[in-house]
Amino acid sequence: MKYIDEYRDAGLAKSIAQAIRARVTRPWVLMEICGGQTHSIMRYGLDELLPPRIELVHGPGCPVCVAPLEIIDKALEIAARPEVIFVSYGDMLRVPGSRSDLFRVKAAGGDVRVAYSPMDAVKLARRNPSRKVVFFAIGFETTAPANAMALWQAKQEGLRNFSMLAAHVLVPPAMRAILGSPECRVQGLIAPGHVCAVMGWREYEDLAREFRLPVVVGGFEPIDLLEAIRMLVVQLEEGRAELENQYVRSVTREGNQAAQRAMERVFEVTDQKWRGIGPIAASGLRIRAELAEYDAERIFGTEGITAEEPQECIGALVLQGLKKPADCAAFAARCTPFTPLGAPMVSSEGVCAAYYAYRRRASGGPQ
Amino acid sequence: MCLAVPGKVLESTDVGLNRIAKVQFGGVTRTVYLDLLPEAGVGDYVLVHVGFAISKIDEVEAQRTYALLEELGNLLEDETGQPESGA
Repeated sequence: MKYIDEYRDAGLAKSIAQAIRARVTRPWVLMEICGGQTHSIMRYGLDELLPPRIELVHGPGCPVCVAPLEIIDKALEIAARPEVIFVSYGDMLRVPGSRSDLFRVKAAGGDVRVAYSPMDAVKLARRNPSRKVVFFAIGFETTAPANAMALWQAKQEGLRNFSMLAAHVLVPPAMRAILGSPECRVQGLIAPGHVCAVMGWREYEDLAREFRLPVVVGGFEPIDLLEAIRMLVVQLEEGRAELENQYVRSVTREGNQAAQRAMERVFEVTDQKWRGIGPIAASGLRIRAELAEYDAERIFGTEGITAEEPQECIGALVLQGLKKPADCAAFAARCTPFTPLGAPMVSSEGVCAAYYAYRRRASGGPQ
Repeated sequence: MCLAVPGKVLESTDVGLNRIAKVQFGGVTRTVYLDLLPEAGVGDYVLVHVGFAISKIDEVEAQRTYALLEELGNLLEDETGQPESGA
């Protein structure tokens, strides 16, 4: 497929890796923010192409992984109701809540359905006027505009049986929390290409300036990622700390302004709790008060539900680049994609799932 | 979650409140909403995420940057006599 195949060219990948090796004189720690990028790195073994002095640590860019336990508990509570059709992206179904998960709710008779697009939930609401259709809207800035469009569409159509359980998260505030931590070792950042396709890169220019570290907006294919790493290494070796854009074919400085407007029409910035990390100021999006009739939290009265995070999962440390999955005693033993202790093992973007799929041998875990 | 796939817009029409396109991904064609990318037209390549086009792919920039990368590869090949064979 055009714009995919040529960015997976093995010969070109080796050339870029060679260019990186030729440039590196010191050890550097780089973080890719997005879980999709983490999976590409693991799947194509890009980290193994790099010289040993380049260490990649993995960032918090997996919305399923950072969704707080209590939002899962709220979803379980709503999905179990007989009048509800609960619609979710597939990744969320196996994520453990305090006592159960959406798969088990479905097995027990709950009407839980998987959607490819939030507009699928709007269609379900249209076709099932006697049922309450609730869409589980999670995601970063990439997904929030599409989710916003679904809610807006329901409003335009006057659908009174559609609502949304929303837990959107924003990348820059989380990166500020991670980069500002005294334990942080990250010296260069690969910014998330698809978040930037929507939001542009201005917020990442601010991060580069505030933390005096190079930031490169990167794509998701192997060539994109290797080139983003090369650009970071060149900056680091030259002592520069600037924003550069590797993903020029899809990302502009201003981003997609129609998408930004769609998002702002429906959502407003709020403080948000991140799984394992805790609350981060102004790091999430909630449904605007004037659209409260579409807010499942208010309709079903789940605002008061809280939950204690499980102690065993070290996912929060992994998502801040402080630990690797293999540092966890439960990894690939008690915690697998089939019996996950935490969300990073479940999601298709979860870093533990990536290591489980591609690196069990290297990490010493069972095969 | 942030997975977005490039595809080519084959046709687009207004249906009710929405602008809807047929978008080709390799051998597969799917219906995609263009509401977040009103400037996309027939023949454009777009990035599609959860059923919505979110960004138009700039073909000129794509060709320019890819040519630069290939140049880098050729340069290294000239320096070493052959592309390196392994990590």
